[in-house]
Amino acid sequence: MTEIFQRFGKPLGGCFVVLVLLWLAGMVLVPGIFMINSSLRPHLPPPLRGGDQDVYLFDNFAYLINHSNHGQIFLKTVWSSALVTMATLLLCYPVAYWLAQVASKWQMRVMLVLMLVPYLMNEVLRGLAWYIILALAGPLNAGLMALGLLDEPVRWYGDGGVVAGMAYAYVLFMLFPICNAIATLEKDQISAARDLGSSAWRIHWRIVLPHAKVGVATGCVFVFMMAAGSYVAPALLGAPGSRWFTQIVYEWFFEIGNWNRGAAYGVALMAMCLSVVLGLLALFRVNLTSAIK
Amino acid sequence: MNCAENIRTSFSVLDTLLSEKAGNAAGDMLVASGCPPSAVRLSDVEMDFGGTQAIKRLSLDVKKGEFFSILGPSGCGKTTLLRLISGFLQPTAGQVFINGRNMLSVPSNKRATAMIFQSLALFPFMTVWENVAFGLEARGVGKSERRREAERLLELVALPGYGARMPSELSGGQRQRVAIARALAIKPEVLLLDEPLSALDLKLRQHMRTELRDLQKRTGVTFFYITHDQSEALAMSDRVAVMNAGALQQVGTPQQLYSQPATQFVASFVGETNAIAGVVVSSASGTAVLDGPDGRFTGRCLAGLQPGMRACLYVRPEALNLEANGYENSLPLTMERFDFEGAFAIAKAVVSGGTEPRQISLTISQRNLSEAPAVGAAFRAGFSSQDAIILPDD
Ligand SMILES: Nc1ncnc2c1ncn2[C@@H]1O[C@H](COP(=O)(O)OP(=O)(O)O)[C@@H](O)[C@H]1O
Ligand SMILES: [Mg+2]
Repeated sequence: MTEIFQRFGKPLGGCFVVLVLLWLAGMVLVPGIFMINSSLRPHLPPPLRGGDQDVYLFDNFAYLINHSNHGQIFLKTVWSSALVTMATLLLCYPVAYWLAQVASKWQMRVMLVLMLVPYLMNEVLRGLAWYIILALAGPLNAGLMALGLLDEPVRWYGDGGVVAGMAYAYVLFMLFPICNAIATLEKDQISAARDLGSSAWRIHWRIVLPHAKVGVATGCVFVFMMAAGSYVAPALLGAPGSRWFTQIVYEWFFEIGNWNRGAAYGVALMAMCLSVVLGLLALFRVNLTSAIK
Repeated sequence: MNCAENIRTSFSVLDTLLSEKAGNAAGDMLVASGCPPSAVRLSDVEMDFGGTQAIKRLSLDVKKGEFFSILGPSGCGKTTLLRLISGFLQPTAGQVFINGRNMLSVPSNKRATAMIFQSLALFPFMTVWENVAFGLEARGVGKSERRREAERLLELVALPGYGARMPSELSGGQRQRVAIARALAIKPEVLLLDEPLSALDLKLRQHMRTELRDLQKRTGVTFFYITHDQSEALAMSDRVAVMNAGALQQVGTPQQLYSQPATQFVASFVGETNAIAGVVVSSASGTAVLDGPDGRFTGRCLAGLQPGMRACLYVRPEALNLEANGYENSLPLTMERFDFEGAFAIAKAVVSGGTEPRQISLTISQRNLSEAPAVGAAFRAGFSSQDAIILPDD
């Protein structure tokens, strides 16, 4: 905070702080309170709102817990988001290391442009690309059958397809923070570790990863949050019979029209995301400010 | 009365001291292990970086237990040379031997060398003792033994009890010592040091010089030390190799480099000196005569100097005397100013009658200062032919 005042002076710095507070209030606090408020109240027809029956209850949450498979879908969403996070992390770490420490300047530029091009399209179109690739009569099945690896086409749509689609959609949010973090690692640190007799594995475990910790934590938080809240990928790539939690929330709001129950489901998802984020930060021993930096 | 005489005698005393020490060390080693292989031997090593030749056909022998320095200006290829020895780079041509073993295709983590980086490269997320013990950790040594060994090394570098701190909690000089302890932990045959003192302030730098020199003598590890600071190289080393533009200029003891430079580069890079240009008139049995716009001078020379060659005569500030009587050479000067340095003063004078004004430095002891010519006065400075050396232009 004092940093801001030092850099911009009192009046301008004050303006920024006020703007940020307004933004937080308008975009986070007010909708958040609205959501929590309606999640705790029963769904009533308009004439009865504010009447005797409009009291605070945990019914909406109890409904989620007691429902025959919503709880299970909730867990599947959490678990799949964790899987997406792990998959992107495992994929991105070597690539980020290569980009940040090994590649020459022009190799890095070419790679970054190539990786960014697909992201110039919006998320729906990118999801659609996977939709086409994974289709029963699509290029993936055709290719695998041409290679003789498959005898008949496989139904890729389903949870596997959703995970693949989400990993693809969010991979750069993992790559860039890690890449940035590794780029600031002095080359001499790696040379010194090697010179002292360290194996490549130990160099990564003891030198590169601790240095990239903040970037890894940031990437994991980003990807997990986005995967847990993703709607497009499950809608496009999920199997017809298997729904995702975001889809159920959507249904409560816009198909069934029970905003209160939808709000309860949304709050449950939010609470879960928040606890996972805090858990991740604690695991990496990173505090929130340095993660945001 | 004569200051140059005084200084010369003190130098020759120093010279005998130095050569005695070097002789003893060499003798000890011969007795101990027959004729040991060199700690480091480079044979016709070359290094190209896509067009720029950083190292040009260089051969070098470093004895075991020696404090060996590479001295050269920035960008002359010193770090590259060190990286060739440590194995971070492979030479384009030639061979590197460590302890008599050819290092071709031996990776850096399998070489008996340890490097101290210009940036130190301490690991910021590890405590001091973990830093020191990192090499042991990589060798699979158990934790309690690592800790014990780290404490021992920290004591060796005068940092006992600092093990639990983080590197960021140490001063520059302390970090320096941690880097040294960390390198010594893997018991290297050769310690490679890349300008380790360049980041420290003057006072600490001078203190660390003594400390490094002591440590080298105590541990007996061969030090391969790189610096662009000539006073550092002269103060610490058993032998120094002077390097310029990727090529070796001369290898010798500090005293040899100072009093018998082999090239113009060495003469002007090592210590303060005055240069007088001209053409060689005659040369015979180690003495040559140079004729130039400032007069005719006699000086020592090396074999190969031919009459007709363009050359320079080099004479140190402390070899110039305020009177010309009794010396073979004399130089007409006009006194310009005095810079006081405490025990002595540096007088700056310009050559009289020269086409362009050229400055000459003279060292004047405090005792002789009262007899020195006043500023603006003309005088003749004399010097013996033994104190001057004539070296051909490249
Ligand atoms: N990795 C490299 N690629 C290309 N040129 C290099 C590389 N490393 C060093 N050089 C060049 O080699 C020369 C010597 O560099 P260096 O050994 O670092 O000098 P010093 O340590 O004496 O200052 C310089 O001209 C430098 O530009
Ligand atoms: Mg260097």
